[in-house]
Amino acid sequence: MKVILDSKQIKRVLKDLTDEIISDIPRNLDIAVIGIRSRGEILAQRLSRQLSNKLDKDVPCGTLDITLYRDDLNSPQGSTQPQVRTTEIGFDINEKIIILVDDVLYTGRSTRAAMDALIDLGRPRAVRLAVLIDRSGREFPIQADHAGYKTDAEPGNLVQVNLVESDGKDEVVID
Amino acid sequence: MALIRKSKQIKWHRKHLLGLRELSPEEITYILDTAGGFEQISTRSVKKAPPLRGKVVVNLFFEDSTRTRNSFALAANRLSADIIEFTRKDSSVSKGETLLDTAKNLEAMGIDIVVIRHSAGGAPKFLSRNINASVVNAGDGFCEHPTQGLLDVYTIRKIKGSLEGLKIAIVGDIAHSRVARSDMWAMTKLGAEVIFVGPPTLMPSQVHQLPVKVSYCLDEVIEEVDVINMLRIQFERLGGNPFPSIREYSHYFGLTVERMKRAKKNILVMHPGPINRGLEIESEVADGNNSVILEQVTNGLAVRMAVLFLVNQAAAQQAVKI
Repeated sequence: MKVILDSKQIKRVLKDLTDEIISDIPRNLDIAVIGIRSRGEILAQRLSRQLSNKLDKDVPCGTLDITLYRDDLNSPQGSTQPQVRTTEIGFDINEKIIILVDDVLYTGRSTRAAMDALIDLGRPRAVRLAVLIDRSGREFPIQADHAGYKTDAEPGNLVQVNLVESDGKDEVVID
Repeated sequence: MALIRKSKQIKWHRKHLLGLRELSPEEITYILDTAGGFEQISTRSVKKAPPLRGKVVVNLFFEDSTRTRNSFALAANRLSADIIEFTRKDSSVSKGETLLDTAKNLEAMGIDIVVIRHSAGGAPKFLSRNINASVVNAGDGFCEHPTQGLLDVYTIRKIKGSLEGLKIAIVGDIAHSRVARSDMWAMTKLGAEVIFVGPPTLMPSQVHQLPVKVSYCLDEVIEEVDVINMLRIQFERLGGNPFPSIREYSHYFGLTVERMKRAKKNILVMHPGPINRGLEIESEVADGNNSVILEQVTNGLAVRMAVLFLVNQAAAQQAVKI
């Protein structure tokens, strides 16, 4: 097990992501942050707070559960059973720029599912993908617009993002 | 809305839903938690999600139904399944075909889930042992109506937060009610105390062996209960003269405005529908502030989506094992 980001570095990476998002999006457009359950939800909340502070306006934050849109529902592999949870997006996504947030971008399948889930809720002006960790191994033609940290983990490795809110401390480890 | 305590993750392995009696409290809670994730599908712009895409659901109804049949059909549609409607009247059953032959023929067309309502208790179980598709019980005889039981506890939990310690009266024709039985199993497993209320002639003969209290007088319990579920008088099932007159029944067991004055302020008034207005419940009460009768219908949709989703998941997982 190797720590690739500690809590200080995660803080730094999130700050850089915030700055990058702000410089990328014209000021006059409405933006909102939506996190993919479950670690993406927490990162989205942090990003939305930082964006709200820096932009001095409310950047709404929501949570997306993608279980119903997964592409492996009818061909379950291994022991993990998909658990349906709630999607909580308390604002209209139409015409907004949506920053879709996930902890790790790997195969791209979750992002594909998230985009399908998102467009069933409305028609955003644009969707941008922001991830804490961008790891190689894509199976779909999907890339991040804002990637915090890139790593070439081997296919057998597990990249685990731990966050204070869910795991007690901020840390990214590779196993 | 009260805060809902989530259950720990369990492994769902049932490809059929035949009744609530056989489910553990954790399994019931798991269905309710899952249903929570389906509620928002009905409120957004595209009221559809893809998890049952390419699956076929058959509504196999040997008894009349509006609410349950349409609710299952809409639930299947919202999960992107295809649905075949089967009713007794315009089918080969009227030509003498047996239940099993009917089901086998439908199965030969490649169906995945059978939703069955039948006047014979145990029909869903019989079917589940003889066909490969998943079977969901939508009401069998006087035995069970599991999705009604689930949507009732879902509705109570959503408003009260938990069923733990609640007193719940189920009032009316208990003997002929599969709803009363499924409610009883679900409610007691989740920690509520259930009181069956009705005239002795409408109580099941073995009622004292069930995990409930029994009362023959609504006035005796109206002040103490947190939830009251008024059952419909099922004229189509009543033989003989279980009570002297409708007026007398109403007088003793109807939920009237007068009686409501003695009930707790925040009592939940429920009814599985269809309502006989003015008989078991007065219109002002059915449409009043304490009534959650229409919420029950809305929640039923989310619960049925969850059930269809879960049995299909279990079936997919079992198929992989083989």
